Amino acid sequence: MIGSSRFRTYVAHAVLLVGILIVAFPIYYTFVASTHTLQTILRPPLPLLPGGEFWNNYSEALLGGVNRIGGVGVDVLLFNTLVMALGIAIGKICISILSAYAIVFFRFPLRMVFFWLIFITLMLPVEVRILPTYKVMVDLNLIDTYAGLIVPLIASATATLLFRQFFMTIPGELVEAARVDGAGPWRFFFDILLPLSRTNIAALFVILFIYGWTQYLWPLLVTNHNDMNTIVIALRKMVSFADADTQWHLVMVTAMLAIVPPILVVVGMQRWFVRGLVESEK
Amino acid sequence: MTPRVVFPNKVLPYLLVAPQLAITLVFFYWPAGQALYQSMLKEDPFGLKSKFVWFANFEKVLADPAYVNSIKVTAVFSLATALVAMSVALLLAVMAERVVRGKGLYRTLMIWPYAVAPAIAGMLFLFLFNPSIGTLAVLLRKAGIAWDPLLDGTDAMMLVVTAAAWKQISYNFLFFVAGLQAIPKSLIEAAAIDGAGETKRFWTIVFPLLAPTTFFLLVINTTYAFFDTFGIIHAVTGGGPGKATETLVYKVYNDGFVNLILGDSAAQSVILMVIVIALTAIQFRYVERKVHYG
Amino acid sequence: MRFHGFAAGVAATLTLFSTTSAFAATQISWWHAMTGANAEVVDKISKDFNASQSDYEIVPVFKGTYPETLNAGIAAFRAGQSPDIMQVFDVGTGVMMAAEGAIKPVAEVLEGAGLKFDKSQYLPGIVGYYSKPDGTMLSFPYNSSSPILYYNKDIFQKAGLDVNNPPKTWNEVWDAAKKIKASGAAPCGYTSTWLTWIHTENFAAWNNISWATGENGLAGGEVELKVNAPLYVNHFQALADLAKDGTFKYGGRTSEAKQIFLAGECGIFTESSGGLGDIVKSGMNYGIGQLPYDSDAPGAPQNTTPGGASLWVFGGKSDEQYKGVAAFFTYLSKTEVQEYLHQKSGYLPVTLAAYEATKASGFYDKNPGRETPILQMMGKAPTENSKGVRLPNLPQVRDIMNEEYEKMLAGQQTAQQALDNVVQRGNAAIKDAMGN
Repeated sequence: MIGSSRFRTYVAHAVLLVGILIVAFPIYYTFVASTHTLQTILRPPLPLLPGGEFWNNYSEALLGGVNRIGGVGVDVLLFNTLVMALGIAIGKICISILSAYAIVFFRFPLRMVFFWLIFITLMLPVEVRILPTYKVMVDLNLIDTYAGLIVPLIASATATLLFRQFFMTIPGELVEAARVDGAGPWRFFFDILLPLSRTNIAALFVILFIYGWTQYLWPLLVTNHNDMNTIVIALRKMVSFADADTQWHLVMVTAMLAIVPPILVVVGMQRWFVRGLVESEK
Repeated sequence: MTPRVVFPNKVLPYLLVAPQLAITLVFFYWPAGQALYQSMLKEDPFGLKSKFVWFANFEKVLADPAYVNSIKVTAVFSLATALVAMSVALLLAVMAERVVRGKGLYRTLMIWPYAVAPAIAGMLFLFLFNPSIGTLAVLLRKAGIAWDPLLDGTDAMMLVVTAAAWKQISYNFLFFVAGLQAIPKSLIEAAAIDGAGETKRFWTIVFPLLAPTTFFLLVINTTYAFFDTFGIIHAVTGGGPGKATETLVYKVYNDGFVNLILGDSAAQSVILMVIVIALTAIQFRYVERKVHYG
Repeated sequence: MRFHGFAAGVAATLTLFSTTSAFAATQISWWHAMTGANAEVVDKISKDFNASQSDYEIVPVFKGTYPETLNAGIAAFRAGQSPDIMQVFDVGTGVMMAAEGAIKPVAEVLEGAGLKFDKSQYLPGIVGYYSKPDGTMLSFPYNSSSPILYYNKDIFQKAGLDVNNPPKTWNEVWDAAKKIKASGAAPCGYTSTWLTWIHTENFAAWNNISWATGENGLAGGEVELKVNAPLYVNHFQALADLAKDGTFKYGGRTSEAKQIFLAGECGIFTESSGGLGDIVKSGMNYGIGQLPYDSDAPGAPQNTTPGGASLWVFGGKSDEQYKGVAAFFTYLSKTEVQEYLHQKSGYLPVTLAAYEATKASGFYDKNPGRETPILQMMGKAPTENSKGVRLPNLPQVRDIMNEEYEKMLAGQQTAQQALDNVVQRGNAAIKDAMGN
């Protein structure tokens, strides 16, 4: 038993390492590219090992390179993106945890109709309904506002579905016990449901934050001022595949800058996962 | 599904769904209704001349052999993408549960890439997956593997499936990990004491308990493969060679967004929605029955 | 909900900041799709124009790729909030021209501001492409390029080819490519970007043969594709034959093949003149030649046609705004602005004066490749075959071409079959699009 368990652990480590190699390769590769000269990047294939231009590239990018191409400072870009990502993540979690709560823990006429009404929104990406959605934005005066960046993207079924799936696994006895104790729906929600949902909320927050952080087409459409731009728009503005010189080494540095905040969120949320683990072992 | 214990409340549930419903109606159903109307119009992009043609766009789309082809392509693509993305992620999540040392580090490293993927996917696809100069292509060529997704349809399909599944692994991994966390360790330990082997434990205890998560991911991955992948296809193969990787949503995107044939594109997106709603309904009806909730 | 208040507050503050400078001047919005170094050029030109006078302020906004910009413009127009100026790529020209109620021809904008548009000062090949059949200029050419030939001098040397004498006809290209492959100087002889734009549309213009009826669609009215004529068939069959053993390597539908050339895999390469920048910066030992022509074509070489984008003006704006647009276009036409644009971005100059000035400055002696596309476009007065091509659904027709070409290169059909299919499917699609 013991010997085979050690073997099992080695296998697990090996599988994980290969997995990380595959999944995380692009980050590594972006980093590699950000340490090479423009000339090296321009002549494919790109080397697999970092080059010696780390300091040159990063200082060039930070001391004005990004600003010059993006038209606005990195600070403005990061701030806009942060507001958008936080707004989407928090907003989406709030409205969907409430609606999932209603759908799973209450019985009321039209319940399933509501569920499907929400659920179907999974099925039409922004690109496909651009013209009519844009019209709505104009009519509501939401062009060039943070609300315009955030609110339309909050309406999605992903989070509602996840919470529904999770709530369904909560034993009925818990609800019964709460009711016997005289706890109303709100007390049950805050005292029992929310703490139990912590792991899922954390996972969802990570996903939604990143989703908001990396939006491209929507902010591009609904903002008409450079100072409302997000970091991803600035990044795309730097990259030209045809007809123009692209400062690839600076682009790669910007890309690295663009992924630092989401990484911080992942690392920060990591604690929540660990705590969730401890609780579940009680 | 056993009837659940619920709160007896008449007004509260409506208040709870109201915010989400309001946003959904304004930003989804209203535009979607417009799209439905659009699907019966023949119109120039600027909307200067338009003619109501009833179902002519639908007839035209469905009579097009290319459309039937793209249904087949979509079926293969979606199935393969969901399968690859989910099984790889599940394997990794289970392995991450198994190790003790470095658990947190593995998890973090596995989730990070999700932050990069969409942001710089466009250019990374060029460097990594591009059929002529991507590192992947160069490595394969050096290994002597005949690999030409630019002209070989099967190679191209494998390439877009790889790229699309790769993008989704981190996402699935995260939720599988969260799902595994929720499984009481006592159950698994009890089974171990009973002498159940690892594989058996996984399939008889862990996997069934993961079912709600798996079902969630199945729905998400299917809709992802159906709807959210035109960007990848656009960057990697452009639907080619020939029409070998032209999926339904890529066609919607290309006809509407790039070629500006709005009526056809709207008709296609309506058909697409009907297909996926039917598919999801089937998943809920038949697959979810097998899902064990607490 | 506290959050929304906060967000709104921040939004209001930011809006205040961004509009403080606008009280005096009329703002002119300019939606563009320029990236990389070209985005810097847009910002610099706008800034300089704004500094040169105080009545108008150009506000450039990046709106994504060409299709994204066009879609944003269409969405905004349909919502009643169109920008003043929008950059539209060449294949979108047909769409914009068909939208007569949405746009205001540049000629009218200039005349309304009391300015006369003097056509003779502009490069004829470029202005002709963006004009109505009666000669009225519809949009202002901003960035234009044309296909030329690049070759790798090191590979030429190794293959025993004349380093200072690039192939001039397609037959010479095929021979040189075979030599490169056979001698082992490189794994592939020849590659090309854009089989549609270079090998079909420019092939027609450069060899002075018809691409489609009705002056390739420029005359308006019915259009039928003519690309299954023998000259095209022979050309594509030659490509298909060379593709069999890898002498010709297909790189993809748009610009991807550039990377194959940069990687040193192929010795000869045809690509837009706009691709020069990357090739220079990669440090390769390269040479440049004119786009090859077909030695069987009696009129060749005629002239090549432009690719790129032009600036369109939306309708329904105030006179004040149109005056501002006219002032900006006048500024853009200035010799020194055009010179800057041409030398910094690699696009062709729009005015003859800018070309002459650049030539006089000795720029072409240092950058010989930059003059080649201009000479190609100026050589002869354009014929009805060589003014370019125009369809309301050119992107769709290009898709059809790409699909059939790929099947041909994969050995599933001959060039004759591929081009017959292109004509048949393309004509059906054109008819459908015209029936709007």
